[in-house]
Amino acid sequence: MTNLQNLLKADKITIARAITQVENGTDPKLLEEIFPHTGNAYYIGITGPPGAGKSSLVNAIVPKLLENNKKVGIIAVDPTSPFSGGALLGDRIRMNDLALNENVFIRSMATRGSLGGLASKTKDVALVLDAAGMDYIVIETVGVGQVELDIAQVCDTTVVVLVPESGDAIQAMKAGILEVADILVVNKGDRSGADRLILEMKFAFELRAHNTDWHNPILKTTAIENIGIDELVSTIKSHKEHLEKSGKLEIERKNKLTLRVNELIEERIKSHLHEYVIDQKQLKKMIDKAYERKITPQYIIDEIAKKIF
Amino acid sequence: MEKKIRILIGKPGLDGHDRGAKVIAAALRDAGFEVIYTGLHQLSESIVEAAIQEDVDIIGLSILSGAHMTIFPKILDLLKQKNAEHIIVIGGGIIPEEDIKKLLKMGVKRIFTPGAPTNEIVYYIKSIIH
Amino acid sequence: MSKDNWKEKFSKLKERDINFSNLSKIKINPLYTPDDNKDFDYEKDLSYPGEYPFTRGVYPNMYRGRLWTMRQFSGFGTPKDTNNRYKYLLKHGQTGLSVAFDFPTLYGKDSDDPMSLGEVGKCGVAIDTLRDMEILFDGIPLEKISTSMTINPPAAMLLAMYIVVGEKQGVPKEVLTGTIQNDMLKEYQAQKTWIYPPEPSMRIITDILEYCSENVPKWNTISISGYHIREAGSTALQELAFTLANGFTYVDYGINKGLPVDTFAPRLSFFFNSHLDFFEEIAKYRAARRIWAKLMKDKYHAQDPKSYLVRFHTQTAGCSLTAQQPENNIIRTAFQGLAAVLGGTQSLHTNSMDETYALPTEKAVKIALRTQQLIAYETGVPNTIDPLGGSYYVEALTDELEKLTYEYFDKIETLGGVVPAIEKGFFQREISRSAYEYQKALEKKEKYHVGVNIFEEKENVEIELLKIPEEVEIDQNKSLKNVKQERNNSKVKSTLIHLRNAAENGENLMPRILDCVREYATLGEMCGTLKEVFGIYKEPIIF
Ligand code: B12
Ligand SMILES: Nc1nc2c(ncn2[C@@H]2O[C@H](COP(=O)(O)OP(=O)(O)O)[C@@H](O)[C@H]2O)c(=O)[nH]1
Ligand SMILES: [Mg+2]
Repeated sequence: MTNLQNLLKADKITIARAITQVENGTDPKLLEEIFPHTGNAYYIGITGPPGAGKSSLVNAIVPKLLENNKKVGIIAVDPTSPFSGGALLGDRIRMNDLALNENVFIRSMATRGSLGGLASKTKDVALVLDAAGMDYIVIETVGVGQVELDIAQVCDTTVVVLVPESGDAIQAMKAGILEVADILVVNKGDRSGADRLILEMKFAFELRAHNTDWHNPILKTTAIENIGIDELVSTIKSHKEHLEKSGKLEIERKNKLTLRVNELIEERIKSHLHEYVIDQKQLKKMIDKAYERKITPQYIIDEIAKKIF
Repeated sequence: MEKKIRILIGKPGLDGHDRGAKVIAAALRDAGFEVIYTGLHQLSESIVEAAIQEDVDIIGLSILSGAHMTIFPKILDLLKQKNAEHIIVIGGGIIPEEDIKKLLKMGVKRIFTPGAPTNEIVYYIKSIIH
Repeated sequence: MSKDNWKEKFSKLKERDINFSNLSKIKINPLYTPDDNKDFDYEKDLSYPGEYPFTRGVYPNMYRGRLWTMRQFSGFGTPKDTNNRYKYLLKHGQTGLSVAFDFPTLYGKDSDDPMSLGEVGKCGVAIDTLRDMEILFDGIPLEKISTSMTINPPAAMLLAMYIVVGEKQGVPKEVLTGTIQNDMLKEYQAQKTWIYPPEPSMRIITDILEYCSENVPKWNTISISGYHIREAGSTALQELAFTLANGFTYVDYGINKGLPVDTFAPRLSFFFNSHLDFFEEIAKYRAARRIWAKLMKDKYHAQDPKSYLVRFHTQTAGCSLTAQQPENNIIRTAFQGLAAVLGGTQSLHTNSMDETYALPTEKAVKIALRTQQLIAYETGVPNTIDPLGGSYYVEALTDELEKLTYEYFDKIETLGGVVPAIEKGFFQREISRSAYEYQKALEKKEKYHVGVNIFEEKENVEIELLKIPEEVEIDQNKSLKNVKQERNNSKVKSTLIHLRNAAENGENLMPRILDCVREYATLGEMCGTLKEVFGIYKEPIIF
């Protein structure tokens, strides 16, 4: 059982254990209890191919976010091995500069089978950090090489990180990048090819129809040398301001909440269907009949639907 | 769903021998554990802080540098200070028998030495967690 | 009788149910014949010892002239403790010194650094300032003995200290002989004692190349080391390929600095492992010599034949030794030492039986030294040069390793070369995968390790161990404190400022480091100064 008071006071052991509960689904009431205390944090997503420097960028931007006594929660997602179900979580290592900071909480998560760049519980884990009073929540996706759309559905500002070496891969991802990136970062600015990539991406953005008043900036950084970091942080902050001032933050958060509620409704209905409506034995029998072409799949669906409607 | 075992594999101090730690980390991943690897040259403080935030069941330290009699007690002590004594500490590396006895007395749960098969280590961890 | 006839008979007989392959996973045939060396051309592929491509050895006379140098890697506790050990080893017939430094020294930290807590003198000798080096070599004539120092990021500082100790003994730097490891590429790949990122590390290395070619002409400036790569888990093939690739990278950087290749290449030396698979190891050394010679000639257009030579030190494989039935380690080491000699090594360290327990005791290290002496004086092996040259098997293996090495070179090339491949984690991944595969092979009994997964015994190992007393740290810190009080601190400060300026403006660092050393600046002060300019390295996590 989580002690809500301790959680709200940001006690680290309490936060850590609450996250485990949420991850494992062992305390179903917890999310209910904390929900009223969430909605205060600003969510920043960092996505991009593996090795692009996402973790290094997190390590570099967080000290700036911490200014004025702010608190930052970080969630770093790494893939679960489909063979063993185990995972090696190594993002922390790049964030060692932050490890001992009182105002930082870092948690590594394994995807546990979910695709799309986040674990299925990442959103809920973020709520725990939100309730614990984090001012910013920074989420680093897996980075499987393709664009991970989930992140944009969780975060207020999504930063897509590319590197000169991503080269050909980028061509395939371009459309997706344009869709999710509020800010595009070309990291490893110390490597040759960075400027060319920036030009390419600028061109791609310009080709896109402009129906927004946020002109997706493209920035160059060298995370390991702290170059371009101030600008990145101030751009994140101006995106935040832009969302707040234009009223978009509220609209988008409501959209996200709607999406989330819809998702949950679907999940709930699905599990209800499987638990209470569909008689598995009967279903099996009908499948056997359908296999022999004695009935049609549509017939099965109608039979089941009759029970509900 | 069976609860995932979470373990932190740490390399404290200046020791750069990471072959064993990596072999262990890979073996534990392949046994279905979630393994947080901290990388080399970690302060004991960072290891303990990471273990707390990651809510691991176990800290596994790999020490081949001879500094085990300084580092293990420090980790145990920090866990105590932070009210995190529920985290079990095990370890491995180059650690003489007489030191192992002392470390077990202090509260280290188990020490593995060269030649220990990884499947035995996996089996042991499962047996103390479940 | 024809080969087909034999094949026919062989195929009818039973074969043991094991995987006949070596540690590089090269499949081993039941028999090698002239068919396996079809395009063999004696003059081109082997030639004579001391002749291009040096497959049979780097010198015309090899051990007929002089035996290899017997050089046991050693160091522990305070400089005084280690000085005593050196005198003991020299008394028992050792012919060169090899310094093992403690962890703080390896990372350029002082004994009083918070990170040094509990590590001072434990895994090697603690060196903070010139004073410690004076004690370390007290009574050891530097003009007569060659010294190898396993030191990497702070190599320039320890070389400088050695030079100044020489000066104080009246030995000019021009006659000093020895080696600093100074091989940072393999640090990022395998040994993992690093301070600065790769590029500034390469800058320091090329500064040393330049300085030594003019000032310490007999010094081996880099010991390009496969040993650590192997010990971190690589196969023999990976050891060979990565080490040579690193070597060529140093050559590239030297040339890019504007140094003519023949001014520094003759002073590059190598350091290899000798592991369990006997013939594979021998073939590895022979292949190394041939590949290096060929590329130095054809690709780098070196003119001085000395630039073609792979002169190398060998250490037997520590990771092949077992905690179980430790006496067996003496025998393993003997086989491995023999392979190194059959492979034409220039110097040799044989491991001690207590390898998996602690730094070696006097007794254990003496047996290890005696093992080399047995090979040298009893077996008759050194009587003729490259005794296995012409063996169908060894020649075929040598060819195969050479071919596979070129394949690795191509792979590294496509990654942009060694430094970018390090940044991408290529070597680290290759090595840790091999290490894991080897571990799994042992557990599945696809490979055997006596006492570990075959012929195991329930045993209570009784073995005497070297213990480093906790007082070492206290004593060392005391003497460091004394030095800091006695020296001229304002001079120290100004030499450090000059060092910093040199680091910033690209001037050769060596003369500045020598100035710091002479004023008894500490290792931590010097490395700390460079750190401010060069930054620190963070490892990519690779499994
Ligand atoms: C390989 C090796 C190296 C490699 C390391 C490569 C790497 N990246 O790891 C190289 C050549 C670079 C190296 C260098 C040095 N080494 Co070294 N090295 C060894 C050696 C030969 C084998 C270690 C090894 O990897 N074994 C294979 C792995 C799989 O086994 P393992 O680590 O023991 O792990 C097993 C168990 O111990 C256990 N285990 C280990 N950790 C953990 C953790 C957990 C959580 C669990 C459950 C189990 C567990 O399970 C594993 C599987 O069985 C040992 C001697 C030996 N044979 O053990 C010396 C040894 C450790 N090295 C030693 C020394 C002194 C050094 C140097 C300091 C020498 C010097 N002065 O320059 C340097 C330091 C370099 C550095 N950066 O740390 C000494 C340490 C002495 C001491 N502690 O008193 C040893 C004991 C050799 C000796 N007798 O002198 N070394
Ligand atoms: N040269 C260079 N390397 C970088 C930069 N940022 C990160 N790296 C390196 O790229 C590798 C991968 O970085 P990491 O942050 O782990 O990437 P992630 O997988 O996207 O999280 C590491 O070796 C970093 O040191 C940069 O700006 N320049
Ligand atoms: Mg990452």
